[in-house]
Amino acid sequence: MNDLLIMILSTLGAIFILIASFGIVKMPDFYSRLSITIKAATLGIGCILIAAVLYFSDFSVTTKALAIIFFLFITSPVAGFLISKVAYVTGTKLWDKSIMDELKDDLEEDVSNKPKKH
Amino acid sequence: MTVEEYIGYIVMPIICVAIFFIMIRFVKGPQVVDRVVALDLLITVGVAVIALFSIIVNNPMFLDQAMILALIAFLSTVAFSYYIFKRKKDE
Repeated sequence: MNDLLIMILSTLGAIFILIASFGIVKMPDFYSRLSITIKAATLGIGCILIAAVLYFSDFSVTTKALAIIFFLFITSPVAGFLISKVAYVTGTKLWDKSIMDELKDDLEEDVSNKPKKH
Repeated sequence: MTVEEYIGYIVMPIICVAIFFIMIRFVKGPQVVDRVVALDLLITVGVAVIALFSIIVNNPMFLDQAMILALIAFLSTVAFSYYIFKRKKDE
């Protein structure tokens, strides 16, 4: 029973990672590639590490694996936010069919507000 | 079929295919930021490979390295984004 659970969880994690890799090749622009990698890879790593926890069933391994999962869940959104903001500032183009660009309005507002403050 | 054999013969090849696809984007990526994201995902998949390898060889010691690698993935992304931003500002 435990073996079956480990097999299912590790296969699920591997399939999530495979979907993320398909996404990073096939998605049309940088921002959609970023979104799919951050979400799917985090879920895949979570499943595989939980499989490792079930396989060893040891306290030290459990704490280590949970620390890795917690760390990945905390840091990957921060890293995604930083790299997407830098990509926008350095002039990465959006996809032709994107219908919304809220950051553009915000940046323009900042630029137009600056002279008033001085 | 034991768990070790199953992971070695079925799960690891799936992840190898995934690494191949990520490498395509890493080589091809039109801009630097694409390559940074591909590198981040490559290191994150490396964490998964280490976890599966620790199951195959039945040695939980390798999970320490997985933790360090997860740290380095975050730090490298932040450092790359900082330097790309700084290079843009200097121009």
